[in-house]
Amino acid sequence: MAERLRQHDTRQEAGAAAGDVPREAPSGLRDGTPEGPLTRALDGLRAYRMISAMWIRSTMAYRASFAMTTFGNFAATVLDFVAILLMFSQVDALGGYGLAEVAFLYGAASTAFGLADLAIGSMDRLGRRVRDGTLDTLLVRPAPVLAQVAADRFALRRLGRVTQGLLILGYALFAVDIAWTPLKVLMIPLMVVSGAAIFAAVFVAGAAFQFVAQDASEVQNAFTYGGNTLLQYPPTVFGKDMVRGATFLVPIAFVNWLPGLYVLGRPYPLALPTWAAFTPPLVAVACCALAGLAWRAGLRSYRSTGS
Amino acid sequence: MTTAEHTTDIDDGPDAGFIALDGVEKVFDVRRKTGFLRRERHQVRAVDGITFRVRRGEMVGYIGPNGAGKSTTIKMLTGILTPSGGRLRVAGIDPARERTRLARRIGVVFGQRTTLWWDLPLIDSYRLMHRMYRIPDRRYAENLDRCVQLLDLADLLDVPVRQLSLGQRMRGDIAAALLHDPEVLYLDEPTIGLDVVSKAKVREFLRDLNAEAGTTVLLTTHDLTDIEQLCRRVMVIDHGRLMYDGPLDGLHEVGESERTLVVDLERELPPLEVESARVVKVEGPRQWLAFPAAASAAPLVAAVAARYPLVDLSVREPDIEAVIAKMYADRVTS
Repeated sequence: MAERLRQHDTRQEAGAAAGDVPREAPSGLRDGTPEGPLTRALDGLRAYRMISAMWIRSTMAYRASFAMTTFGNFAATVLDFVAILLMFSQVDALGGYGLAEVAFLYGAASTAFGLADLAIGSMDRLGRRVRDGTLDTLLVRPAPVLAQVAADRFALRRLGRVTQGLLILGYALFAVDIAWTPLKVLMIPLMVVSGAAIFAAVFVAGAAFQFVAQDASEVQNAFTYGGNTLLQYPPTVFGKDMVRGATFLVPIAFVNWLPGLYVLGRPYPLALPTWAAFTPPLVAVACCALAGLAWRAGLRSYRSTGS
Repeated sequence: MTTAEHTTDIDDGPDAGFIALDGVEKVFDVRRKTGFLRRERHQVRAVDGITFRVRRGEMVGYIGPNGAGKSTTIKMLTGILTPSGGRLRVAGIDPARERTRLARRIGVVFGQRTTLWWDLPLIDSYRLMHRMYRIPDRRYAENLDRCVQLLDLADLLDVPVRQLSLGQRMRGDIAAALLHDPEVLYLDEPTIGLDVVSKAKVREFLRDLNAEAGTTVLLTTHDLTDIEQLCRRVMVIDHGRLMYDGPLDGLHEVGESERTLVVDLERELPPLEVESARVVKVEGPRQWLAFPAAASAAPLVAAVAARYPLVDLSVREPDIEAVIAKMYADRVTS
């Protein structure tokens, strides 16, 4: 039997060397090849796709429930905006901003947040996974843990918020009185995508924190959902310190305030150069890099302490 | 090849040290609240310098009481936890550093945590494994067929996992861990909570898997019948240290365990007096005599038969659980 086993072994090694791997595997993903950051990212995306597809199928096992929660999600976010409409039935401006302008800020923040929430919104469950030990079952899989955790409980019902955000943003773009320039038009998709990335970084950083403090999901929610609520109003509504915090500490101001106020032709409450309005993509990249480092540190700490 | 040689011939080719641990340690910093804001830090040595080798194709039982360091060891072997010290290799790979690479070569079954998709039919979980592990189509089909047949899963493939019984789900989990042809299989309490029939099925499957595919199996369990029926070699861990490593029989000697000779006499008698045994219980004409497990029963039987009116007799093997309990007790008192 020993010989048979050895054959088994050499067959495997020969397979790895000659590329005798499943046809779908691109080169460089095989066993034994040192994994570069790019292969890891591709591997992660692949795992994310597969796991989120499984969650979609899981939700479809309860179709009625899916339809109801999606509608509920949509309705809840719509009511959220109705509150602002009600405010405007009493006043003409909020912090010096008209309804269309507030709707613009609201729609941009809501869409960006909705996209991040849709993609990785369940990361606040990480603490629970650490507590009950199910994170270990992800760690024995040949896929990056971040991708597996990000895809955890992937829920299409979160499209409800994205839909609401897009509808309000669409309304605002028609209603708002702006002298459109090509740069301002370009700014719209840019701010939504960068904003989603910034929120995603906050989600990841919050999850990384949960490796250390497992019951910190509410802290995370304060920054994600709380941050979203903050951004739905013009910065002039808040005190300067709050705006400073949102600009320099947790830079969510780059989601919609800075680029949005440029589009609206409004001055930013803080003395920042005009070009700062164009930095959201850079800020997003920096945030994601920092969040990635935080994640690695968190995971390393988990693997050295257990829980 | 006897098991005793496994631990000594450590340089006997790459297969001998397929799983190799040298002075592996895991120290946890535990912080405990001692006052309103005061916290006391102290270190817990969950694994305190463990050294062993497992040969490729071996099936080893890894046992010990709760909190002994079993799970911590398994977590280090699978790359979940990074050791605090020592050297650890599985199939030549450092698990902590190359977790994902190792993941393709090992299978893990956590008895109390399913990896199957709760709301989806069993087969869907297997299809995910197929793609996630990039198992070649033909091998996947072959392995799935084999598991379905041997683990009796044919009728369950289209059933959502949430509707499976515990035993069915465990069989499903074991199959899921084997589809990618792992060279090592770690089983953490694979028979916990199962009924007798399911237990037997799982054990039979594992025995065949080890014999035919040559899969190396490391098994932690509380059910010593698992060990008795599956593993020729057993390792006992307590307080993070390896207390015993060898064949199951040898455990009795180490634990100074005793076998019991039960004799039925013609009539009630006062406790028998024979050398090398002592009476531990008397119940009418039936008496229980304890004697060292390592000693032969024949001279004792002869001695009893020569001096007393013997009607019937039987020999009872020592209870392994009692043996291990005794080992622990000895360690605490010493």
